[in-house]
Amino acid sequence: MPRKQPTEEDLERRKIVSVNAETVTDVTSTDFPGNWPGENHAWDIEKVIRDTKIEFHQNEPAEASFSLIGVDASIANAFRRIMIADIPTIAIEKVFIDNNTSVIQDEVLAHRLGLIPFTGGREGLDNFMRWLPKPKDNEPIESTYFDYNTISLELKVTCTDNPDAAPGEKDPRKLYNHGHVYAKDIVFAPVGRQVKYFAGEDAIRPVNPDILIAKLRPGQQIELSMIMHKGVGSDHAKFSPVATASYRLLPTITILQPILGRDAEKFAKCFPEGVIGLAKVTKEEAARQGSGYEGHAGELKAVVVNPMLDTVSRECLRHGEFKDKVRLGRKRDHFIFNVESTGQWESDAIFLASIAHLKEKARKLEQQVVDMVR
Amino acid sequence: MAKSKSRTKAPQNADEDDVVMQELPTSHQPDVQDDASMAEANGEDDADIEDEEEVEDDTQRVRLLPGSTPTAASFEFLDEGHTLGNALRYIIMKNPDVEFCAYAIPHPSEPKMNVRIQTYEGTTAIDALQKGLKDLQDVCDVVSDKFVAAQKGFKKKSIPP
Repeated sequence: MPRKQPTEEDLERRKIVSVNAETVTDVTSTDFPGNWPGENHAWDIEKVIRDTKIEFHQNEPAEASFSLIGVDASIANAFRRIMIADIPTIAIEKVFIDNNTSVIQDEVLAHRLGLIPFTGGREGLDNFMRWLPKPKDNEPIESTYFDYNTISLELKVTCTDNPDAAPGEKDPRKLYNHGHVYAKDIVFAPVGRQVKYFAGEDAIRPVNPDILIAKLRPGQQIELSMIMHKGVGSDHAKFSPVATASYRLLPTITILQPILGRDAEKFAKCFPEGVIGLAKVTKEEAARQGSGYEGHAGELKAVVVNPMLDTVSRECLRHGEFKDKVRLGRKRDHFIFNVESTGQWESDAIFLASIAHLKEKARKLEQQVVDMVR
Repeated sequence: MAKSKSRTKAPQNADEDDVVMQELPTSHQPDVQDDASMAEANGEDDADIEDEEEVEDDTQRVRLLPGSTPTAASFEFLDEGHTLGNALRYIIMKNPDVEFCAYAIPHPSEPKMNVRIQTYEGTTAIDALQKGLKDLQDVCDVVSDKFVAAQKGFKKKSIPP
């Protein structure tokens, strides 16, 4: 006898992670062949094409937010991890200090310089710049430095008194020339074909020109040259293209029994603004037997307006009057991504790059498996 | 944007005597003659990159661990971690011919990731692994297409009519 197949409703319910007062349950996905007797959960690319959805909430160069719906956590998490650790950017890797008489120590200064996010022409960064290969044994490190893998920068500032400052001036920025050293004081020194790829608007430059690097007083001097390479976040966080790349699951709020009047107002206050709204009980609802609204026509009831804004604080579960009237959860296959770029990449391009990276990884390994068998 | 231009140093001229003989990198490739088009230069670059990748591919990063039978095998991946491990495990578990699939990173200070696959009769663990890697590429294509479509739709919406 064939087993009963699950209804749409059953399948939707299985996607919910339950958020209870003290515990979180039903965390693991169960959509595998053999998990549910008589059900087929085999990989089906047509079903994936049908079910996968993307909805944008925000798309700006510095920050993007979108929902990735219908994929498993393992896939969504792979994209997130790749965005943080595997998408390459260029950053300052070596600092040659010729003179540093400022109060900030050489190694601290070098570290600060490394963390400054830089950007430049996309064409040059993507297609012209390449990885820096390791030098061969017994060869100096700079033996592999070429215009297509190394970018030179210089920083030369000397602090002097500002003769034009007003008498009694206290602001060091007006009292001295170069009292503050900013990222905008860094000079890009193009070499070879970099002149072509990083010209004018496309020049290698700090994303935020006003990052404070050091403070100087008259007579102090910083004179150094720097070298940038391509790198990945798994090597050092300064190479990560994202400030944050994270996802959260879409919260669900199910009102099981009517919440009316003063209770409804209190219920709405348990959530961030915009999550719960108040609506009047209609005559039809009040007339329907067993709806729980009998005789409450015209009163206010609590309705779920936008669960996406919820923080899942579970405040409503702390109050006895809402006991058994509400159920909280999260949708296991609805990932609300938030990607914040450091400026070298556009935020949406980072996610696209992470997809391409995962595909390339799988393609290379597929080839390796073929080679292994041979 | 005159300011940004001033932050770029004039390119070094090789003929000048006072060029700082530091670590300044120079191209070891012949400069593109005259004002040859950028496209030509790009073509040259692409060829070089392909060469480099071929060299990279030489190292074998997947290994069949000893003690494996056709239907039950363990694989060792070098330089892979949870990123690929968990995604691959999920995709392989979706294969109805697979009885069991799991991944592990035996020690955090070794760059190794192991995948165990056991299949039912009629197929092999290696086939299941290959199918898994193929399916992973397919899902990437789907997400990529949907993302690009959503991106375009979102831009259109934000432009006032």
